[in-house]
Amino acid sequence: MNRIIKKLLSNTTSLIGLLLLLFFVVIAIFAPYIAPPLFDDPYQIVRMTWDIEPRPPGFPMADEMRVVFESLGKQVDRDKALFGTAQGGYDIFYGLIWGTRTAFRVGIITVVFSMLIGVISGSIAAYFGGWIDELLMRITDIFLSIPFLVAAMVLTTILGRGLDKVMVALIAFGWMGYARVIRGSILSTKQEIYIMAARALGVKDFRIILLHLLPNTIFPVLVQASMNIGSMVVTAAALSFLGVGAPLGYADWGQMVSFARNWIIGSPGNAGKYWYAVFFPGIFIVLFVLSWNLVGDTLRDILDPRLRGEL
Amino acid sequence: MLSYIIRRLLMLPLILLGVTFLIFCLFSLLSPMERLATYINNPNVLKNPQSAQRLIEKYHLDDPFPAGYIHWLKSLMKLDFGWSSTANQPVWEAIMQRFPATMELVFYSIIPVILVGIWLGVISAVHHNDLLDQVIRVTAIIGWSLPTFIFGLLILFIFYGILGWMPPGRLSAWAQFAVYTGGNFKHYTHFITFDALLNGRLDIFWDAIIHLIGPIITLSYISWAYLLRITRSSMLDTLRKDYIRTARAKGVEEKKVIYLHAQKNALIPVVTVAGMMIIGMLGGVVITETVFTYPGMGYWAATSAQQLDYGSVIGFAVLFAFIMVVGNLIVDVSYALIDPRVRLE
Repeated sequence: MNRIIKKLLSNTTSLIGLLLLLFFVVIAIFAPYIAPPLFDDPYQIVRMTWDIEPRPPGFPMADEMRVVFESLGKQVDRDKALFGTAQGGYDIFYGLIWGTRTAFRVGIITVVFSMLIGVISGSIAAYFGGWIDELLMRITDIFLSIPFLVAAMVLTTILGRGLDKVMVALIAFGWMGYARVIRGSILSTKQEIYIMAARALGVKDFRIILLHLLPNTIFPVLVQASMNIGSMVVTAAALSFLGVGAPLGYADWGQMVSFARNWIIGSPGNAGKYWYAVFFPGIFIVLFVLSWNLVGDTLRDILDPRLRGEL
Repeated sequence: MLSYIIRRLLMLPLILLGVTFLIFCLFSLLSPMERLATYINNPNVLKNPQSAQRLIEKYHLDDPFPAGYIHWLKSLMKLDFGWSSTANQPVWEAIMQRFPATMELVFYSIIPVILVGIWLGVISAVHHNDLLDQVIRVTAIIGWSLPTFIFGLLILFIFYGILGWMPPGRLSAWAQFAVYTGGNFKHYTHFITFDALLNGRLDIFWDAIIHLIGPIITLSYISWAYLLRITRSSMLDTLRKDYIRTARAKGVEEKKVIYLHAQKNALIPVVTVAGMMIIGMLGGVVITETVFTYPGMGYWAATSAQQLDYGSVIGFAVLFAFIMVVGNLIVDVSYALIDPRVRLE
């Protein structure tokens, strides 16, 4: 464990990844101070104006909006849209700051639950073998037969709009990879003498799985999980982009990008007019995913015994 | 070998049955009334509760789960996927009309990746830790981290917004007129680029190509990054094998060692990955087509999802699942053909 932390800190790429992650964690924790909410639900993006057209960075809050917030009894401290406004007057800066919390929530919850389902089904399949293994692995195959994004899109369409539904869809079709990995490593560990000894002593099956097998096989799964957080967040954002994800006005990076979609081309003679509408949300998503990938890439290299000593 | 293929072919119907069952489970999360909406083309029918009830019984939507599944499966076999309110035509017709456009896009996305991506991966491995290797590696990680929808918008922004080169859609208005309403344009393959060449219309061919470039880049850049990495690590692994050292010790030319001895064996895992990658592209089609408003199945599916046109979404899912299952089978069999070790397992 110490060796891994040392490697992570000494490798430039993973160090950049860790620093980026730290940056996002700080934003997520201090979101209420960086971008004080004006609606009762802090995830509701603050609107700077009722205008449909995006407004450039530094756009001050329109008077009619200020009146609305003041009548709600809110103190408007931050009255400039630092990154401009998206389609519909939504403050891009606010959406991105609170969207960081959404990203962490979606990433961590979906990965933890899909890992749980995967580890349980994979370890049961590997440990008991026989028809249980056959059945569980065929079910895994069937879930893998629909492209992930398509499956998630179908399920969210059926369940309806909302971040919780997006998460259910991502979990429902995101567990198979873990099941396969844990099954593979338990199949080989199962033959070890200490497992045989535990069995010979009459230790209960579930106790063996939980206390003897999992602690020795879980590590590759954890690495895979850490790498999947980025891709889960991207898929959730993609669903929002397609219009089946988070509800309108919810602080979510994918939605910020979808707001920019109609304006990307600019206006005649001024192609880059609305650059900020896609640039800022884009850079947040890319850096977030990049940070997980940089860390994950190094982790994988460290864990791959064939490459040991090469780094 | 033959027994392996037969074993896999026997599994095929079982997996297809499982997949349709899974999709039917998703479909059953909807109420009978919502499911009925996927079968009728006139929403006014639903206003009268009695006729709606009659229709629910007619389509067996309120039956117990197993019976409902069997009825649904029967209608699938007759290619009856219901009515698409988004396309305003039966779902199956809507799919068939958009299928060639998507396939044309996928076709042009795959060929360059496989040809050039593998070559770059080999180079990257041979020049292990050189500057070139580092550049390729870093580009791959960054490419890997750029979500498709952001990358696509970026391409659209630069090449259409600023430079005005690559317009969205599939054809310009004049070409669309010439192809669909003009009359004397014959559709041989339904791939516009091929048809244009066969009709001798170079202007239409060029117009189609211009429209395709953006979607092609967007759909395939992740595969570039992925294939490059896999080829690189597989090649690195192979170059360390004993038989490579033997070949070098015998004094075989370095070029021959790399391209004849090493590359052949290094490409074995690449075949699986390439297959998986092509299948993975199917998911990317939805986003790519939506970004570029390219009139294929993906764009239509996304629009249907937004408008809660369940019948279209389910039909799309069934079709893509079928393509994926059959694709997986082809990958596995070709893998067994290349690598004899697989067959023995």
